[in-house]
Amino acid sequence: MNFTLKIWRQKNQKDEGRFETYEVKNISPDASFLEMLDILNNQLVLENCDPVAFDHDCREGICGSCGMMINGRAHGKGRKQATCDVRMRSFTDGETITVEPWRANPFPVIKDLIVDRSAFDRIMQAGGFISVRTGSAPDANSIPVCKDNAEEAMDAAACIGCGACVAACPNSSAMLFVAAKVSQLALLPQGQPERKERVQRMITQMDKEGFGNCSNNYACEAECPKGISVMHIARLNREFLTAKLT
Amino acid sequence: MKLDPKIPEGPIEKKWSSHRFNMKLVNPANRRKYSVIVIGTGLAGASAAASLAELGYKVISISYHESPRRAHSIAAQGGINAPKNYANDGDSVYRLFYDTLKGGDYRAREANVYRLAEVSGNIIDQCVAQGVPFGRDYAGYLDMRSFGGAQVSRTFYARGQTGQQLLLGAYSTLSRHIGAGTVKFFDRREMLELVVADGIARGVICRNLRTGAIESYVADAVVLATGGYGNTFYLSTMAKASNATAIWRAYKKGAFFANPCFTQIHPTCIPVSGDYQSKLTLMSESLRNDGRIWVPKKPGDLRIPSQIPEEERDYYLERLYPSFGNLVPRDVASRRAKEICDKGLGVGKTSMAVYLDFADAIKRNGKNWIEEKYGNLFDMYHEITAEDPYANPMRIYPAVHYTMGGLWVDYNLMSTIPGLFVIGEANFSDHGANRLGASALMQGLADGYFILPYTLSDYFGRTKFSSLATNHPEFVKANKRISEETEKLLAIKGKQPVNEIHKKLGKVMWDFAGMGRNEKGLKKALKLIPEIKKEFWSDAKVTGDSDNLNIELEKAGRIADFIELAELLAFDALHRKESCGGHFREEYQTPEGEALRDDKKFAYAAAWEYIGDGKNPKLNKEQLTFEYVKPAVRSYK
Amino acid sequence: MNKALDFYYSSIGKKVLMSVTGLFLIVFLTEHLIGNLLLFAGDEGKMYEAYGDFLVSNPVIRFIELFMFLGIFVHIIIGVILWFKNRKTRSVKYKLFRLKDNATLASRTTIISGLVIGIFLYIHLTTFFFPLRYSDEKSGAYELVVNAFSDFWYVIFYLAALFVIAYHLHHGFQSAFQTLGLRNKKYAPVLDIIAFFVWCLIPLGFAAIPIYFFFFHGSGATVIMWGF
Repeated sequence: MNFTLKIWRQKNQKDEGRFETYEVKNISPDASFLEMLDILNNQLVLENCDPVAFDHDCREGICGSCGMMINGRAHGKGRKQATCDVRMRSFTDGETITVEPWRANPFPVIKDLIVDRSAFDRIMQAGGFISVRTGSAPDANSIPVCKDNAEEAMDAAACIGCGACVAACPNSSAMLFVAAKVSQLALLPQGQPERKERVQRMITQMDKEGFGNCSNNYACEAECPKGISVMHIARLNREFLTAKLT
Repeated sequence: MKLDPKIPEGPIEKKWSSHRFNMKLVNPANRRKYSVIVIGTGLAGASAAASLAELGYKVISISYHESPRRAHSIAAQGGINAPKNYANDGDSVYRLFYDTLKGGDYRAREANVYRLAEVSGNIIDQCVAQGVPFGRDYAGYLDMRSFGGAQVSRTFYARGQTGQQLLLGAYSTLSRHIGAGTVKFFDRREMLELVVADGIARGVICRNLRTGAIESYVADAVVLATGGYGNTFYLSTMAKASNATAIWRAYKKGAFFANPCFTQIHPTCIPVSGDYQSKLTLMSESLRNDGRIWVPKKPGDLRIPSQIPEEERDYYLERLYPSFGNLVPRDVASRRAKEICDKGLGVGKTSMAVYLDFADAIKRNGKNWIEEKYGNLFDMYHEITAEDPYANPMRIYPAVHYTMGGLWVDYNLMSTIPGLFVIGEANFSDHGANRLGASALMQGLADGYFILPYTLSDYFGRTKFSSLATNHPEFVKANKRISEETEKLLAIKGKQPVNEIHKKLGKVMWDFAGMGRNEKGLKKALKLIPEIKKEFWSDAKVTGDSDNLNIELEKAGRIADFIELAELLAFDALHRKESCGGHFREEYQTPEGEALRDDKKFAYAAAWEYIGDGKNPKLNKEQLTFEYVKPAVRSYK
Repeated sequence: MNKALDFYYSSIGKKVLMSVTGLFLIVFLTEHLIGNLLLFAGDEGKMYEAYGDFLVSNPVIRFIELFMFLGIFVHIIIGVILWFKNRKTRSVKYKLFRLKDNATLASRTTIISGLVIGIFLYIHLTTFFFPLRYSDEKSGAYELVVNAFSDFWYVIFYLAALFVIAYHLHHGFQSAFQTLGLRNKKYAPVLDIIAFFVWCLIPLGFAAIPIYFFFFHGSGATVIMWGF
């Protein structure tokens, strides 16, 4: 398969950036999108050009490193996929593919398609944990957890922190990301003691980072590679209100 | 140098507790005077950094990732072992110890393995308390699976994402400390040099991958938790950035490298489909609980699998190993798959695959049951291959997955360089020649949460530190060396992208030092690798400059180290004239094709000492003694 | 006070204000519709006028009325503030952004539908509310309705505005529950049914009024109709 690629190139944070057009030829339909970019980069290196920088690591959809806007869609048009899961067979031969980095002010571009997502880490540092000391835990089975709650907590915990929710949101809101963690810990008995404190601190940090407000249009859920439900956002809202009002 | 593993005296079940009692302690008020650098934020690194910070030490955590949560521990799927005996099926610390030692084909240190089994129960407690959503039964208690190499259900899991959940647990704890300021986290920094001053490890030199700046970090001890070196083979289940640079640079600074040839080939990966392929994807071993492995009896049988009648199928694992069946350890399953494919019985386009069939399980328990248990794995398979694994059996083939070898450490997890501790996959570990499934997560967290915090405190308590800053001559020297090396890489200006050279190296390694090794092949590898090295330093093309984010430069440095490590790996494999676990020398096998150990000559850990470029490394032996479990022929029949 | 301010400054706090005022306005709409259905009593507006008099003279209602205007005001102001704030979170825009693949038209256009409704509200108030409430001229409410809805263009405008209101409610109603944390997997389907009543039936109910008066009441309307 052959493709024309329009890729955002930006040397560093200060550079203005621009789109460059590249051609790639003879790509196997079984190749992944990132492998196609590898081939492009090989080509660029041979031409003495700077290869396209993008974050990637596990290439099996779990580390959350990769993430780019492919034809206007976070992680491409497939559902429940990270960018590394996208296969070239999902494009048509000869297609022009536009590739952009996540765009949101709290995610400044570092280079080309790499953005700085440390805002997510700072939100986690603000409260995304249970403060248990190493060695002070009781026997694992002394804390039974209702299976349904455990399953729902696991649904939320599946978040890979890729940032697609922010990228896909018209308001660059990080509510789905925050909701996933708050919801997971609110559902488990272990998370109860810090429950109120946690949600307030995480929301405060989220606001401080400059993420937008949730306007409930649910584009985040639609683009989440792990299919995390916006019902967790409802729970986050509930947790926040309860924490503030009681 | 005589290797002293520092194994405590006393009966095996008392060793760790008496050792802990004999350790020097550091008064809580004095702990803030000690600092430690932890490289890597996977299970081992994150848990160690958090636990050390909790004790009160100043912790510097460094990762080449943007966030601690990206570490490759996140990709572990199946589960984590602990002898909780919640299943009431006869498990015990001693049984886990026995299984792990046997699974490792009697090439691990007894005392370490016992300690691992001993503390592994605490890990589950710790993780549950952190909010890790393990799988549960309807009563709300923890659920377990069984895994290869064990006949009890002791594997705890969180769907097919156990590694992710455990890492996020450790990450959350680490985050708490970063937020509190007790851990300083430096992202996108690659350790390029270990600094040894006055004979002890005192810091590291890193390249800031964002700005290209060469930075010095000083502390009283250095902990490497940088994972394995599986990417030496180019194609592996490791993450793309996983590399051996940290341990390799430490090796060249004097840390011994033990058993580099012990590499694990995982039996259930999605087969290679083309030369553009950048990595291999693992399908969790847990699938072997319900999937049955088979090939058609007739070579070149191109019928679709469902049309091949039962009597024309060869369920070869069940045939060869009636008691363990499809759950034989990884090395055995992998080798058998290779053997079957080498005979021309493989399936699929490339004939380099075997079937992993769920038809029986679906018939028995229904599609929903399978979906609940393995849904994400099935989806992943479907995405990658565009085939529906509910309708057709999966095609699987072995791939490089884990490296049991690594830097040599004593019982305190300290390498041969005082003050340099190595934890998790980066050390030569407790897994001997083969790691059992669900044991890597166990070891990483055991080292980080429950072992290193004690042994490092002991080291601090026993050692006098001179105050030292980045203007110390050793730091200045190291800094200069790294800058020069960077410029040297950029100055090659050859014709080949470094990735292409890496592919070449990978092919040599897979062909001659992969699943089946022999003297002729290894010698060939030892001839080819130096040629690749020469090719690299004369013909590699590294674009860009050194004072920017430069992905080619990052890769080039890592590949240069892989090439050197590959040579050591092949060298070790050639020297070990026996077959054990993941190291299978074709010359040494039983008539039935099983690994043939030579306990008389090779019951030792081979710790290699670097004595200079272009010189063969020096072999140091740590003799392994087995007081409790007598080495026997490993049988899973 | 600090706590209240904190709450307001938090992203969720503002959204909660939007939801609460929005739901309050929906309650008002419902009440308004029920009252207006008296127009169909077939008594040439006697009951409707009585209802109107009751509203104007009752001090409690007057008090609630204040709240309603405050609600409208807060809903509009915060809506606009949020819109401006959210627009500023992405300084560099995407070249290609296919939001429409992921979100409904209603959810993407609340600010537009909201502003259209604002304009409608202004016209609506100047047509009915202000004359009735503040003018000395003793024209009856019923007569006002009859007159207003005899104008073809006014009816069209009115119906179009109701269409936009339906759109606004389509997103707004469930959105309010989401923001207040009152949605979950179990109740979401029930809420969706209630939402249907709200976004579809309320505007339809209101739409029945101009349609009825234009087509079926008085001769003026028919004349204009034939004149077309």
